[in-house]
Amino acid sequence: MTNSTKEELASWYDQMLVIRGTEKAAYDLFMTGLVKGTTHLASGHEAVAVGASAALKPEDYVWATYRGHHHAMARGLSPEACLAELMSKETGACRGKGGSMHLTSAANNMMGSYAIIGSHIPMAVGSAWSAVLRKTDQVSIAFFGDGATNIGAFHEAINLAAVWKLPVIFICENNLYMEYTPISAVTAVQHPAADRAAAYSLPRIVIDGNDVLVVRDEVAKAVALARAGGGPSVIECLTYRHYGHSRADPAKYRPEGELEEWMMRDPLKVLRARLVESGVSEDEITGIENAVDAVVKEAIERAKDAPLSDISEAFTDVWADGGMQWRN
Amino acid sequence: MAELITYREAVAEGIARELRRDPSVVCIGEDIGAGEGVFKTTAGLFAEFGPTRIWDTPISEQAIVGAAMGAAMTGVRPIAEIMFSDFLACCWDFIANEMPKVRYMTGGQVSVPMVVRTANGGGLGFGAQHSQAVENWALTVPGLIVVAPSTPSDVIGLMASAVRSDDPVIFFEHKALFATKGEPAPAGHVVPLGKANVCREGTDITLVGLAWSMPIILEAAELLAAEGISAEVIDLRCLVPLDAACVLESVAKTSRIIIVEENPFQGGWGGTLASIVADEGFHDLDAPVKRLAGASVPAPFAKHLEDQVLPSVGATVDLARRLVGG
Ligand SMILES: Cc1ncc(C[n+]2csc(CCOP(=O)(O)OP(=O)(O)O)c2C)c(N)n1
Ligand SMILES: [Mg+2]
Repeated sequence: MTNSTKEELASWYDQMLVIRGTEKAAYDLFMTGLVKGTTHLASGHEAVAVGASAALKPEDYVWATYRGHHHAMARGLSPEACLAELMSKETGACRGKGGSMHLTSAANNMMGSYAIIGSHIPMAVGSAWSAVLRKTDQVSIAFFGDGATNIGAFHEAINLAAVWKLPVIFICENNLYMEYTPISAVTAVQHPAADRAAAYSLPRIVIDGNDVLVVRDEVAKAVALARAGGGPSVIECLTYRHYGHSRADPAKYRPEGELEEWMMRDPLKVLRARLVESGVSEDEITGIENAVDAVVKEAIERAKDAPLSDISEAFTDVWADGGMQWRN
Repeated sequence: MAELITYREAVAEGIARELRRDPSVVCIGEDIGAGEGVFKTTAGLFAEFGPTRIWDTPISEQAIVGAAMGAAMTGVRPIAEIMFSDFLACCWDFIANEMPKVRYMTGGQVSVPMVVRTANGGGLGFGAQHSQAVENWALTVPGLIVVAPSTPSDVIGLMASAVRSDDPVIFFEHKALFATKGEPAPAGHVVPLGKANVCREGTDITLVGLAWSMPIILEAAELLAAEGISAEVIDLRCLVPLDAACVLESVAKTSRIIIVEENPFQGGWGGTLASIVADEGFHDLDAPVKRLAGASVPAPFAKHLEDQVLPSVGATVDLARRLVGG
């Protein structure tokens, strides 16, 4: 493993805590009725988002699924814009037209969150192709779940990327489950993403997705390969979601003890231990934790205080001229 | 007079003009490169522009349209080819859920300036899975521009507008028209999206068509003229934006309308147009709004069976005669 500075570790801890706190707030706000619809929390997956993001430049592209709060925030979306979007506010990332499942921060080249399983994987291939066409050295990442590896778009996309040697990295967040079904019950290989890589002449890479440093290092290798013209990589990150699939899911299908076991390897715990190991004092760590608490609290208040998005928003942004007119 | 060109040649010419004009335009699709397309609608492109502009893909409709979309969102203007329009079903998620929604659902953060071109419709005896007219599929999705030209110069002029559009366009090229000939397009020819063409002026009845149905209704108008019935003929050119005003203006003059469409009556685009005319043109009408559409069956293989299910010149003339006489 490569070395990382105390400052790096601390900044990752800070980011992961912000994500964790914001999602906890989303959960609580849902319970009080301020967040409607559905949310898919990524608590437990933070190290994948923050670790991968740490290996990227700001101009690189990221594409996510409906479980994408962590990816949007890791790329720079503020907790306030995230929570405001969930609360249908004018200050929300998509002004209330996207919601939890479609968080997007195009200003950060976070190109969106997509809720049709697998659909964004070819799009990430497209932004990688675009970088080649425009002769930039931008890299693209598609994050997706284990369940997405059984849909056709996943295979079409990886094959095309491999044939064209495109600078794209396919990162699977293998959290063992689709919605309620264990991925192992419906997949002919043990590692749903990594074991398929060989079919496209790519190496089999399975890593601990709960260790931010491991993720950063592995993604950094893939990024370097991609920037050097070496083509795509598939990285399967083993991780676990702490909540159920969505707000409707109490996750009763999980065997007893499984959650507890994974909680011992909570990415925040793993990173906290690394901080201590690297000589950061308890005081400093508590300092970060308190500061993040304050940041999240302020984000909650500001999001709550913002007005709902204007009703005119329902009829804008269909077309490039901003409107919705389809006939004269 | 300049030499006539075929509709097929016009497709390649329309694409080539945009590739020459704008270096950010690229083509992606199956067998479109050295193979020049199964309908030869990309003839000459690979030779002129090479593999960095004309990209041959595997048989992966989702990857073709999905990658084109990702590229469109990040500074490129892709023209994606889906070989037969029936195959749009294989990438329907991208057509129905992704391209048309992403601007809206991100609150206007992104644009999808891309064209999906596809060979649509019957007439060549390819059977049920290679002959359907599916322009109505695209019409059902808010957020897609839907273009279906009927002449070579319109192909070139509408291709220019489609490629330059910052909105996603489904561009239906008609298989049965590929071999037809027409006037070439002058340099810099651009036909705006959403502007219907009044191909023939008349006073007794309005005949509205799109793509394949244009030769049918133009011939019908000619036969009707010989009987003293003056038909106005409108080529919609686009379903979205829909030039409803042009149709309503015509009906205000003629008081009668027949909409001739190739896609099935069941869910066909004429239903949308008819509802607009019945509502907003109600006081101008002297006869019910009529639709002649494809039968609500899959496309049959045999020519004599296909003739039974598609609107014809004869049926158009008969119906017009009844409406005007009645
Ligand atoms: C094409 C499609 N089929 C089914 C669904 C319903 N669905 C939503 S999430 C989900 C499970 C996805 O599992 P996975 O890819 O492992 O992602 P995770 O939720 O675990 O992050 C399913 C089946 C969908 N959104 N899209
Ligand atoms: Mg999963």
